[in-house]
Amino acid sequence: MIRVGVDVGGTNTDAVVMKGQKFLGGAKRPTTEDILTGVENAIQAALGEAKTSSDSVDVLIIGTTHFVNALVQRTKLAQTGLIRMCLPSGSSILPFSDWPESLVNGMKGSCKLVKGGYEMDGNEISPLDKDELIDAAKELSDLGCNQIAISSVFATVRGDMEDEALELISKAMPELSITLSKSIGGMGLLERENAAIINASLKPLAGEVVDSFKLLQKSLKLSCPMFFTRNDGTLIEAAEVIELPVLTFACGPTNSMRGAAFLSGLQDALVVDVGGTTTDVGEVQDGFPRLAGTSVMVADVRTNFAMPDVISIGLGGGSIVSDNDPMSIGPISVGHELPQKAKVFGGDTLTATDLAVAAGRCQVGDTAPPSIDSIDKLVEILDKMVSDQVARARTSNKAIPVIAVGGGSVMMPSEVDGLEVISPKHNDLANAVGAAIAQVSGQVSRVVLLNDDIDRDSAIKEVTEEATKIAVKRHADPKSISVLTVSDMPLSYLPGNNLLINVTVVGDLLMEEI
Amino acid sequence: MSIKKLSFVDNKSINAIALGGAVLGSGGGGDPYVGRLMTQQSMKESGGVEVIDIESLPDEALILPIAMMGAPTVMVEKFPSGNEFAQLIPMIEKMLTKPVAAILCIEAGGLNSTIPFVAASKLGLPIIDGDAMGRAFPELQMVTFTLGGISATPMAMVDEKGNGCNYATISNAWTEKLARAITIEMGGSAMCSLYPVSAKECKEYLIKGSLSLIHHIGSIIEKHSFNAYEILVKELNGKHLFQGRVRDVERRTEGGWNRGIVKLEGIDDFVNRDAKIDFQNEFLVAMEGDKVLATTPDLICMFDANTGAPVTAETIKYGLAVNVLGLPCDPIWQSKEALDMIGPRYFKYEIDYKPL
Repeated sequence: MIRVGVDVGGTNTDAVVMKGQKFLGGAKRPTTEDILTGVENAIQAALGEAKTSSDSVDVLIIGTTHFVNALVQRTKLAQTGLIRMCLPSGSSILPFSDWPESLVNGMKGSCKLVKGGYEMDGNEISPLDKDELIDAAKELSDLGCNQIAISSVFATVRGDMEDEALELISKAMPELSITLSKSIGGMGLLERENAAIINASLKPLAGEVVDSFKLLQKSLKLSCPMFFTRNDGTLIEAAEVIELPVLTFACGPTNSMRGAAFLSGLQDALVVDVGGTTTDVGEVQDGFPRLAGTSVMVADVRTNFAMPDVISIGLGGGSIVSDNDPMSIGPISVGHELPQKAKVFGGDTLTATDLAVAAGRCQVGDTAPPSIDSIDKLVEILDKMVSDQVARARTSNKAIPVIAVGGGSVMMPSEVDGLEVISPKHNDLANAVGAAIAQVSGQVSRVVLLNDDIDRDSAIKEVTEEATKIAVKRHADPKSISVLTVSDMPLSYLPGNNLLINVTVVGDLLMEEI
Repeated sequence: MSIKKLSFVDNKSINAIALGGAVLGSGGGGDPYVGRLMTQQSMKESGGVEVIDIESLPDEALILPIAMMGAPTVMVEKFPSGNEFAQLIPMIEKMLTKPVAAILCIEAGGLNSTIPFVAASKLGLPIIDGDAMGRAFPELQMVTFTLGGISATPMAMVDEKGNGCNYATISNAWTEKLARAITIEMGGSAMCSLYPVSAKECKEYLIKGSLSLIHHIGSIIEKHSFNAYEILVKELNGKHLFQGRVRDVERRTEGGWNRGIVKLEGIDDFVNRDAKIDFQNEFLVAMEGDKVLATTPDLICMFDANTGAPVTAETIKYGLAVNVLGLPCDPIWQSKEALDMIGPRYFKYEIDYKPL
């Protein structure tokens, strides 16, 4: 199967062509204002490099940062209303609590609380009042909200009330577009609801993005199926991205870590991705990124969807170096102007890349390496910055290797924090490789009450089967399914064994079924 | 250590209270985040809550401790209605035929360090600078008032639906048992008022100044983030027990408690050393090999070494680098009678309490 993987980054757009496990070719092109031109350029160049014609491509996989940018810049956000099914509970913390005001204004967010929701054991807090629900939707619609997010208390335990609400509102007002909280986040009403609101506000943009990628596919004569990559390093169909754009938010760092693991053949390692302005460090376990804990901040909003645990610092190939006391490197960077401004390219700004060349770590540029009086001291500072960051990302004293990827990784020392540094071939295209090799996942998070009929093992088995069903529905090959993570957490302060079980399974993409 | 006396808590300073409350929760008591958001929402109307010294009240004044009972994990899904306190407080006033003069935090740690601010804000009542634990403990009777023979009842409890319940029991242990059963029926969490005390009783048994203390701790973390730890060790007269990475978290549920062991592998100054910390909601015993580092009732507090944020037993995860701080408990907990109630042997550890 021939796969084309694309990663749209802030500075560069990368594309690779892979046949099964084999790297056929790849290319890096500057990211353009309209995004698509950059993608087109990168794909064409990669296909040329791989000597592959567009009609032999079986699948196109795209990782993009479109949506998170829209959120950070508060642009292109749709007017969104939230309906929370919770009353009589819930009103002590209203939706949009703890949000930056500019973001609430950016999407003209508003909300309604209605009767409904579940207790932790699946009993109703109160029955859903259909008229009240429709009135709420109508009111939000009258305010101008075309996007509606719906949340219900303990939707992770029982999701049927959200389903019912979706059905009722779609029937009464088919023009409204609806996001359900249960399809996005895990336990934690506010975080899940926040994720649902963000998702709803991005849906029209997601539609535009998918449409434009489809046009691009046509102009490139790629008549194959197209997928996007999710935050957890697995695939999502284009049709699903339109519904759930937030699931693609953090795919950049994920793809780079997955790609690094693949290119190096290492399943357990630390990954250092050195770009032009920043360096990200994360850890892969079994080839997948270790995920952040219970909640993650997205554009200053607390959410709870699965994202990789990444430590970022302001150090990259373009970081500006100050060789006067106090000596420092970054966080200000010349960014994409590196080929003009760095001394090795004949410019007048001393950058981290110049340090690396002067220290003999790499050969870049067309000018002789600059002579820097305090080179030893500066390299020591550089290495300490990376070393500190790696130490913080480590989860044990075990000597696992460090995989260095990204355009700026040439400046890495051969050892960091006592760990060996490996630079696999094609490491500067690791992100796009990560996209190309993405698998299919299924994830379920559910509270199970253990009793005589159901013990911990059978509860986990039940949840795993549920997750497998989801993965197979998403075109995973049932034969290739393996369990990626299982965690169970007793709900404390309550008698009875209530267990919160999380299971994620992954499998290979099965093309015949699409 | 000089701690600024807290006299007023507003929308901003509640952040520091929540952070400091998570520290003194010593791993338990739930995340104060939900309580903080509830307080902030109610303060939009009230503007804030006045914090007063117990000595400023006449002996006969009625002080009402407020707490959330149940599972903090339920509280992250099902939020209170916000009307609970307007129902709860008149219930108690009617039983005692006396108006409430001030609200009190029953514990200075976890979610219950912020919830009482919601009650105070809603009813326009002041809150007392102090609490009845100086930290968080898992059971209802584990308060300084029990040492004074003060009963948890009359106790009242309400849920978000408007159900209310009064308790008249024969002992605090029975109150714990019955109240927990009702909490389940109410959906896993309920707002309650218990241990109504007179200002006179409070003056004798209160752990004074604990709100000022948690505010101070929270402010240091807000200001210094990952550098806060060293400052806290010095300022709080604490003991730096260990620095390490979480290598294993064993969890099990027993009798409704979140129990388990956190195993740490030493880093930096503690490299090549191992420690383990036992928790039953709260961190109760810290050991390095056979050596006891600290035990309940002294506080064992854990901090994320990268961010400086307090870490709870529920959120602790593999790979996290943590600093472990031991803080001396209030001297009131060091008597034999007190240790029988909250010492290591009560929690079934075959060791004796040795003060830090």
